[in-house]
Parts: sequence; C-alpha cells; structure tokens
Amino acid sequence: MRVLLVDDEAELVEALAERLSLRGIDADWAVTSKDALGKLDTQEYDVALLDVKMPKLSGIELKREMEKRAPGMKFIFLTGHGSEADFRAGTAEAGVDYYLVKPVGIDELLKKMKEIVGEGGDRHG
Amino acid sequence: MNLWRIIKPPFWDRGEAAPGTSHHQFDYRRIWKLAVILTGGVSLLPLIVITVVNYTAMQRAIESEFQLRAVRIVSNNRRAISFFLTERKAALDFIVHDNSLEDLKNPERLANILADLGRSFGGGFVDLGVIDASGHQVNYVGPYRLEGKDYSGQEWFEQVAEYGVHVSDVFLGFRKVPHMVIAVKGGTDVDSFYVLRAALSIRPFESLLSNLELSGEGDAFLINREGVLQTPSRHYGDVLGELPLPLPKYTPQTQLMEERNAAGEELLIGYRYIEEGPFILMVVKKKKELMKPWDRVRLELIVFLLVSATVILTVILGMSTYMVRRIQVADEKRVATLHQVEYANKMASIGRLAASVAHEINNPLAVINEKAGLLQDLFKLKKQYEHDERLLGLVDSVVASVDRAGTITKRLLNFARNLEAEVEEVRIEEVIEQVLGFIGKEAELRDIDIRLEVPEDFPPFECDRGKLQQIFLNIINNAFAAVEDGGHLNIRVEKKKPDFVVAIFEDDGCGIPEEDLARIFEPFYSTKTGQGGTGLGLSITYGLVQEIGGHIQVKSQVGKGTRFKVYIPTRAVGKEERV
Repeated sequence: MRVLLVDDEAELVEALAERLSLRGIDADWAVTSKDALGKLDTQEYDVALLDVKMPKLSGIELKREMEKRAPGMKFIFLTGHGSEADFRAGTAEAGVDYYLVKPVGIDELLKKMKEIVGEGGDRHG
Repeated sequence: MNLWRIIKPPFWDRGEAAPGTSHHQFDYRRIWKLAVILTGGVSLLPLIVITVVNYTAMQRAIESEFQLRAVRIVSNNRRAISFFLTERKAALDFIVHDNSLEDLKNPERLANILADLGRSFGGGFVDLGVIDASGHQVNYVGPYRLEGKDYSGQEWFEQVAEYGVHVSDVFLGFRKVPHMVIAVKGGTDVDSFYVLRAALSIRPFESLLSNLELSGEGDAFLINREGVLQTPSRHYGDVLGELPLPLPKYTPQTQLMEERNAAGEELLIGYRYIEEGPFILMVVKKKKELMKPWDRVRLELIVFLLVSATVILTVILGMSTYMVRRIQVADEKRVATLHQVEYANKMASIGRLAASVAHEINNPLAVINEKAGLLQDLFKLKKQYEHDERLLGLVDSVVASVDRAGTITKRLLNFARNLEAEVEEVRIEEVIEQVLGFIGKEAELRDIDIRLEVPEDFPPFECDRGKLQQIFLNIINNAFAAVEDGGHLNIRVEKKKPDFVVAIFEDDGCGIPEEDLARIFEPFYSTKTGQGGTGLGLSITYGLVQEIGGHIQVKSQVGKGTRFKVYIPTRAVGKEERV
C-alpha cells in the first residue's frame, strides 16, 4: 500500500510518514497542494491522507484535482475540525467514517486505510 | 387596603429587572400612576370645582331666602303691633280731648266710654281709670276694685305728667294678671291735669303672634328692653319669664342675627325695636329645621358627585391598567426577543471561538502525538531501549495525555458544532451524555451524583440538536446551582404521548418558592441576582423549548427539590411553524 500524506504542517507529515514506513507502508508526504499534485505525476498512490484546511487549495478542492489525475484513488481527511461548514463539506465528500479529527492514533489510522483500500489491498506489493 | 387589592394592576408587584437590564424596559408603575393622576385630575377637578361652586351658591340662595322671609314676617308684625298701640293711644287721646274731667269723673260716663271702646276696638281694653294730679284714682270702671288707689310717686305717673303719654311694658300689678297700661294726660294746667289710664290685655298680641305660621320650629314673641318675655313663647318660656337668649342690640330697622340656644342649635333671629312702646318683636327659627329642604338638595349633589367620581375613576383605572398592560406585553415581548437574539448571537460567537481554539490546539496536538508516537516506535524497534520501561513509560504518558487533550477539544468542537446544527435525527441519550461530558467535571468535583435512565433502544427522532443541547445544558446547570455538594440529579427519558418524548430532570436541591415558580421563565427574573445570575437562563430555555415546538413544566418544593419536565415533539416543527 502506498500512501500520500498532505498537510501544511511539515513536522506532522514527516513524523507520520516515518511511523507508517516503520509499519511497512510506503508513505510520501507533501506540505503544499502543488507539491502533492506534482507527486502524482511520478508516482501512483492507493490512498491520500489530506488536511482539510490548507492555504491556497483546501483539502476538498485538492481531492477533486487529484481524483481527476488519478482515478480510483481513495481519500481520507484529517482535520483539526475547522468550522461547521468544513465539517459538512468534508463528511459529504469523504463520508463520516473517513473524516478523522486530529489527533488520531496510528492504529486507528492504519485500520481506516486498510478498510478504504480493501483488506490487504497492496496493489504494488 | 382591600380596595387597593382590587384596583392594583397586575404589573404592580413585578420585581425590579436584573441590574443593568432595566434600561430596556419602561417603568410600568410610573406610567400607570402618571396616567391615573393626570386623567383623573383633569376630569375630576372641574367636576369637583363645579359641584362645590354650585353647592355654595345654592346654600347661599336658600339661606338668603329664609332671611328675607324672616325679615318680612318681623316687619309685617311690627307694623301691626305699632298700629295697635298707636290706635289705642289715639283713642285715649281723643277721649281726654272730647271729655272734660267732670265728665270722666262720672262713673256712668266712664263705663259708657269703656263699653264703646270695647265695641270699636274689639277686645283689649280691660278697664279705665281717671287719676287726678295728686295721683289718686278718682274714677274707675273695670272688673277690679281699684277706686281710690294712689299712684303718686310711681314712675309711670311721673312720666305721663312730664311727657303726656306712657306705654308700660307687661306686668302683673295689683291684679295678678299680665297686662299693660297706656296712660295719657288730660287738661292743660300744670296743677289741675289728670290722667286717663287704660289697662290692656295682652291677648291681642298673643293671638297675633301665636297665629303666625312659622316654618323651622319658629317662635314669635315680644320682649321688653330688659329681655323679659311680654307674650308667651313656644320654646323660650312663658310671659314675664327671662328670655334665655342675648338681648339684641338697638337698631332702628328690622335686623337679623345668628345665635345658638342652650342646646347649641343654630338660630336665625329677626328682631325689631318697636318705637311706640318698650317692646322688641322677635322671630326665632331653628336654622337646622329651616335648612331641611337644603339637606335634600345637598344630599343629591353629594351623591351625584360621588357617583360621577366613582364612574370616572373606574373608567380611568380600567383604561390605564389596560393600556399599560398592553405596553407591558409589547415591551416584554420586545425585550425577550432582543435577548433571545442576543443570546443566540453570543452562543454563536462562543461556538466559533471554541471551534477555532480547538482547531488551533488540535494541530500542534497532532504534531506532539505523531512525534511521541514515533519516539515510541523507535524505542520499540531499537534493541537498546526495548526494555527501558522508564523511557517507554514516559512516552506512553505523553501519548495518553495527548489523547486526553484530544478528547476535550473534540468534545468542545462537537458542542460548538451542534450550536449551529439544524434539524436532524438525534439520539436523546447521546445529547444528554454530551452535555454531561461537557460539564461533568463540575459534578465530579462537587461530588454530585448524576443518574441517567433512558429505556433501551430508545428510538431516535428528528430534532434540532443544538437547541436540545442548550435546553439540557441550562436545566442541568440550574440543578447544579440548586443542589449542595454531594447532591443528586436524576435524569429520566420517557416516551409520553405518541408524538412526545419527555425528559425529566429531578434534583434534591433547595427548591423554588411557590411565589417565584410562576415567574421563573420571565426574562430577568433571577433569585441569583448579585451572584452572577442574569435571569436569562430559564427564560431562554423556555424560548428554546417553544422554538422546537415543545413545552416545559416545573414542580418544586422548598427544601426538597425541583423537577423540570421537558416535552419534546418527536416530529420537528418546520421553521415556518415556529413561534
């Protein structure tokens, strides 16, 4: 399973990526939307973990852009929550189950990722 | 005081609004008082003035009519009495001029004259006597044996000798019967003059005065100038008695005066000094009796005034109360609406603030979480730290704390989010638990025992989650304020009628006094004024319950506790139906 982590908080994605790697998951990360979209040109991902509130492009807009470039990709939102509007848009876009509020335990996150791509779904493995 | 209880407007005893909020509301008492005083004054004052003017004018008119009547009676009778005396004096005068002393000394002749006088003048002449210059009665005709009586030296005799005529007042004399005397002088010579003396009965005066028809327990009589009664009176004693009234002052005309009798009754007295004799004619009437017809008029006037004033006052009080009540209702509605809006805005601001704070905290929390998690991972992977329980314990503790902080911020976020929520399917148990989670810390610190009973598989229903949450929050907060540390709060949820769920909150706190119970849902009504209470909590709760289409009931016993029942409709009302 290959994962792309996008959050404007570099400290967060860096650490999270390393933890996922330690668990045998290929994890890339990006801190801007531009970066993230760039990564899609060179690499395929099974699932993307997106922050909802980001400068320039929001997580939701980014998701739509990425869907265009990589159809079939799955998305999980990770958010500090934000406003009621964000919550509504986010849950509508990803479904309540895949709209996670920070901080999230690593085990829960892994579970959700496996769930969304289909158990053992490591296409590249 | 009972009357006041009837007319007291319903808003009179309304307590003062909570401090700092009164500027929103009118002072109803002041408006009411002003309305009553102004309209009452404007309408009653002219009425009272007119009635008083009318009253005094009528009283004066009636009084002056009685005075005029009294004056008329006195002067008419005075004329009759004067005429009576003048006539008799003239008759005697004629006799002394028409007869010589020798004629008059003849008893037969004198008897004839007396008989003629009686025939011409009716009653009155009792006897006739002729007295010579030495004072000896030389001839006498009449019923008494008075021949040879010596009058020399008597005052009246001297007076006749000097002035030619004398009219006496009434006296008993030798004959022991009240009578008066008229004497005229005959003859021209100083030494050989004689006196014709006639005794007159007072009967003619008596019949003249006693036949007078006098209103007001009236009395008419003659007195002499020393205040001795000359004719019998009805109320002031018999003839020759002392008049128990002050002697009127001399005036040449008919005069009125006011006095009081021994019983203290007011008297109207008309009098006239009679020039032809030593008499004063008096007509005495009791003012109270005279004014009897006036009493009726006066009563009518007073009744008219009282009835009009009562009608006017009733209308004014009713109108003022009605108008001020209308103002009050409108004013309170306005203030309540204003505060609902204010409250909603405040809650929305708090919600936004809470959401943004939680968001800002969650991000660094997430960083801490991941960094600590990574540390944990690394320790577990590296052989040298694998068994370092102390390090692993430290990291575990960091992760656990982050988790705790995360729970708090998530709760805060949920709460804030719900404030903006719309109608959705809610599980009531969940809403109550959320509220308890939010303020449960206080209960924990104060050792308040909270029990929540919801039947298993209680069906979810459509409702405004945010409003429900605020309603429960307010009621639970209220219960917390009422109970002592270590108190109890039982929350039960029941399905009531088909379309209603009832949430019952029962505490064993201080309770609410009967007189406050009816008013606890009014805006600004607070028993916690000065202790941070705004008096808005329950009024807002009431408003919110109404907004979701439900209603709220409260029962309380002082010292035992309070029970709030919130009826929540299970089919949410549409926005357009909301109150």
